[in-house]
Amino acid sequence: MSLKNDRNDRVVITGLGTLSPLGRDVASTWEGLLAGKSGVSRLPEDWSPDMPTQIAAKVAVEPAELMDRVEMRRLDRSEQFALIAAREAWADAGSPEVDPTRLGVVIASGIGGVLTLLNSYDVLKEKGVRSVSPHTVPMLMPNGPAAHVGLEFGAKAGVHTPVSACASGAEALGYALNMIRSGRADVVIAGGTEAAIHPLPMAGFANMKALSTRNDDPTRASRPYDKDRDGFVLGEGAGVLVIETLEHAKARGAKIYAEVAGQGLSSDGFHIAAPDPEGTGATRAMLAALTDAKISADEIVHLNAHATSTPAGDIAEAGAITGAFKSHLDQIAVSATKSMTGHLLGGAGAIEAIFVTLALHHRIAPPTINIENLDDAIHLNVVRDKPRALPSGDIAALNNSFGFGGHNVAIAFRSI
Amino acid sequence: MAITEQEVLAGIKEIVEEVAGVPGSDIEMSKNFTDDLDVDSLSMVEVVVAAEERFGIKIPDDQVAGMLTVGDAVNFIVKAAN
Repeated sequence: MSLKNDRNDRVVITGLGTLSPLGRDVASTWEGLLAGKSGVSRLPEDWSPDMPTQIAAKVAVEPAELMDRVEMRRLDRSEQFALIAAREAWADAGSPEVDPTRLGVVIASGIGGVLTLLNSYDVLKEKGVRSVSPHTVPMLMPNGPAAHVGLEFGAKAGVHTPVSACASGAEALGYALNMIRSGRADVVIAGGTEAAIHPLPMAGFANMKALSTRNDDPTRASRPYDKDRDGFVLGEGAGVLVIETLEHAKARGAKIYAEVAGQGLSSDGFHIAAPDPEGTGATRAMLAALTDAKISADEIVHLNAHATSTPAGDIAEAGAITGAFKSHLDQIAVSATKSMTGHLLGGAGAIEAIFVTLALHHRIAPPTINIENLDDAIHLNVVRDKPRALPSGDIAALNNSFGFGGHNVAIAFRSI
Repeated sequence: MAITEQEVLAGIKEIVEEVAGVPGSDIEMSKNFTDDLDVDSLSMVEVVVAAEERFGIKIPDDQVAGMLTVGDAVNFIVKAAN
């Protein structure tokens, strides 16, 4: 017995929002992405010269320009990003009237309020116990961004925060899909956020040899698939999507971007940080997403790869994609958008879900920048330097997200 | 030199405006922090700590519970500071 054969619980995307290294909103971010713009720059902070990595992809516009000062001081930077993106997504969806008990929120973060945690510890040491803000705990808890978004829109069906490092944002979208399919909600605000540009997390990533040290050439530092790639560039920001049942969207006459059609999840059981070089876990996640979405491999025309620009990770994923698609590999336009945005950790899967949604909607795959010499081990049909048109008709796409801990998440999307 | 009620009120206005975003012109001696000014319990802690720093006094927790209005706080601070 299969309930999936006549799926009457299709879920569609009706609102998008972001604050990213490429722009203050979805329109400016998408424009930057298609133009092949890099969001990476040299960090001006006084601690930067002591770091092996002195570059990052900061948000294009500071939250202070987009948010009230009093509201800001009670929010961690990751919460500010999430609220700004959620407000845009909700307005973009037409601010739908939803029964609060049928509205859910799933906003992920990879690390949570790490800036608040570390800055509050400085206050504790320098000024004493009494000076630690009473807002500290709600600001540092990883579920804080989801909770604030839930409060803003009065969501009462459930507010959730999956945490799986750099796969968190994608897992949030998958969780949101499940909330709707299982009948818990009609509409869910889903996404991911991260604000971790601080010497401590950067020192930790740098000492793992995970970060690029191309400090003298920031805009060319994030170079997935290039022979000379030397690690990822830390980014920050948030992406938020409003998803709802097709029925609900149609009933209210909503603009529909695309369908979020399925999810595939797996775990490597291999290493706490290194990708499984065989990539079988990642392959299983991609195939599971296709099965869940009832999409066949030959329908996939675009894939937004996890591709962070680390030497080992890009190869492992490329092998996994090859393993999943085999003879269909050539028809898939592969984009590695972290070449422009840097790696938003828990925000990555969310902004890349937005990119895939827009790619299907506008029938255009964003470019991958900074590939000077394609790595010989990469046998993918990579969209290089300039965007590429996608076919007309019914098309489908995948977004991959993988996280430290061996978490693999693939989300499948279908054109509408 | 002793600090006056007017000086303390002016200081409280600045603090509440900074912490809770309430315009100084709305802050009067008779206003209730919770009901009139929408200063929640977490923000009240911030107001208290900022007032301690500004006026060089200590406000014990058991006194904070009794500070319902701006006037309650101003009167306590004037006494404690002088």
